[in-house]
Amino acid sequence: MASINKKRTISFVDAINESLHLEMKRNKNLLCYGLGINDPKKIFGTTKNLEKKFGSNRVFDIPNSENSILGIGIGLAMSGYPNVVTHQRLDFFLLAFDQLINSASKWFYMFGKNSNIPITIRLVVGRGWGQGPTHSQNLQSVFSHFPGLKVVIPTNPFDAKGLLSASIRDPNPVIFIEHRWLHNTIGDVPKENYTVNLGNAKKISSGKNLTVISMSYMTVEFLKILKFLQKKISIDFIDLRSIKPLDIKTIKKSVKKTGKVLVLDTGFKFNSISSEIITQINENCFNFLKEQPKRITVPNIPEPASFGLTKYYYPSLKNIIDEVSLMTKIKFNQKELKLFLNTFKSKYHDVPGDWFKGPF
Amino acid sequence: MCSLIRQVELEIVNRYKEGKMRCPVHLSIGQEIVASVLSIFIKKDDFAVSTHRSHAHYLAKQGSLRKMIAEIYGKRTGCSMGKGGSMHLIDKNVNFMGSTSIVGNSIPIGTGLGFSLKLKKKKNISIIYLGDAATEQGSFYESINFSILKKIPAVYICENNFFSVYSDLKVRQHSKRNIINSLNSLGIKTFKITDYHPVKLVNKMQYIVNYARVNSKPVFIEFLTYRFYEHCGPNIDDNLNYRKKEEIKKWKDKDGYENLKKFLIKKNQKLFIEKVEYLNRKKILNAFKFAEKSKFPNKSDLIDGIYK
Repeated sequence: MASINKKRTISFVDAINESLHLEMKRNKNLLCYGLGINDPKKIFGTTKNLEKKFGSNRVFDIPNSENSILGIGIGLAMSGYPNVVTHQRLDFFLLAFDQLINSASKWFYMFGKNSNIPITIRLVVGRGWGQGPTHSQNLQSVFSHFPGLKVVIPTNPFDAKGLLSASIRDPNPVIFIEHRWLHNTIGDVPKENYTVNLGNAKKISSGKNLTVISMSYMTVEFLKILKFLQKKISIDFIDLRSIKPLDIKTIKKSVKKTGKVLVLDTGFKFNSISSEIITQINENCFNFLKEQPKRITVPNIPEPASFGLTKYYYPSLKNIIDEVSLMTKIKFNQKELKLFLNTFKSKYHDVPGDWFKGPF
Repeated sequence: MCSLIRQVELEIVNRYKEGKMRCPVHLSIGQEIVASVLSIFIKKDDFAVSTHRSHAHYLAKQGSLRKMIAEIYGKRTGCSMGKGGSMHLIDKNVNFMGSTSIVGNSIPIGTGLGFSLKLKKKKNISIIYLGDAATEQGSFYESINFSILKKIPAVYICENNFFSVYSDLKVRQHSKRNIINSLNSLGIKTFKITDYHPVKLVNKMQYIVNYARVNSKPVFIEFLTYRFYEHCGPNIDDNLNYRKKEEIKKWKDKDGYENLKKFLIKKNQKLFIEKVEYLNRKKILNAFKFAEKSKFPNKSDLIDGIYK
């Protein structure tokens, strides 16, 4: 872990960029590629100056061949070239499932530990601004189903940098999911190269009345209301950071203490990470539960593109507060709540902030 | 090499009914000549990847015979510790980097291996074995496009045996489709093998491999060939009448292995053939003995190796 000497605030995008620069410098064989990686926009700025610094042999654009590109990456990874492939939307990467599932995830096992596949797959997930059904899917649960894959989903710049460096150094294939609405968030990030262990959740706050387990953009949503809720409720708030390996130890410890758990998930409800977490809680901590476990996710519906429909699609801050209130039987003064929620009121519900003007 | 492969496969046929090889086997009998001729020009540091029908390719790359048989027996001493079976062979000591079962799956992987040779500035090549059905897959065209783009020293060798399981080329591809023409217009150097005379075959293959190696460029070879046994398993399935009797006869007459033997006998090499076959026989019996004697993986091996 890093020693934070001097505070320095940078964006999530710059944290990703910094990790890539530091890791490419650290490992002379590391390759970085993806559609648009060297174009003028440099994958939302995450790959800026990489080609300039490390050359076009190590940093290169690719044809639109997601499946074969992953296969080529697997071939490179097993012959001494660990690599990072980036897709500007996760949904395009679904074309690569043969190589991901039939090759990358099980190569080490299937060939009796002869070859491992050190490959990091960066996938960006969109939300709102008409992203619609095929530019917004949070499929962490799908990837986590397959033995042999690791799945990482950072929430803030510090973790983004440390988790990406750890993923790159990991000898296994790692799916690294970046929520587009987190790209412009800022946070304290040390300048030096450090890693954050895959498989360790982060405890954001400690409490005894309720456990809240969250991930990615839902963590940011809950952070907005945490202080308000803490006025009346003592909350154990856990940001997963890694979906797989799942830090079940931290989860169990917390649930045994609070007896109440709410899971916030950015994915579809059916067969989601929240389903898995609640199942594992039932299997491991059933006798400690004082209340039935609850979850808030997006519904089992594709995200519609229309501005008129997305306002019904995503859970609101009020939905979360109401659920917490119901579970803990602690009521909030409605007038006070309304005033509080008004501080977040934006003209548009489909952007991370009014500054966001698209296009994607 | 051709003789070794044929003898190994026939021994699998002989013993399969014992029920100790408890996995599907896709035999190369009838198609051995392709890998055998190629093997003359493959170097140890060259890479190779293959498909579900990979026994010939693995052996031609000098993959360990006893580890292959042990793998088919599901033993811990197998090349993949018994976890891959006949369709997942690997021997990294000779750079046979893996065979996989999904049609078209290993093509991009072999392309990536070839790319690594390019990055390392090595004078080696990556051999990518595929069947005719793989030329219907996107991964085939995607990989060839990438190979041309990056000037990758890859040899794509298509063993066209006209069938994908029981599905004839006729029900899979338009009759006027010509893979060589299609690929020519993509910009890859192509070759079609139609003459099976041993000397001509050897000369042609030497030229092709040398072309890829010296120029550091991809090449595609279409090799018309025929499998004599069923798609999967130890039996001959001609009784199902999915292939015409005349067609079968035509291809049995063209059998590369038998023709090679005839050629050598003509050159007064009968004794040499007998010696090779005798030595192979000894080697094969030893390999089966090794597989039979080896232990199955332990219970603890089940959960071992999911992650490194």
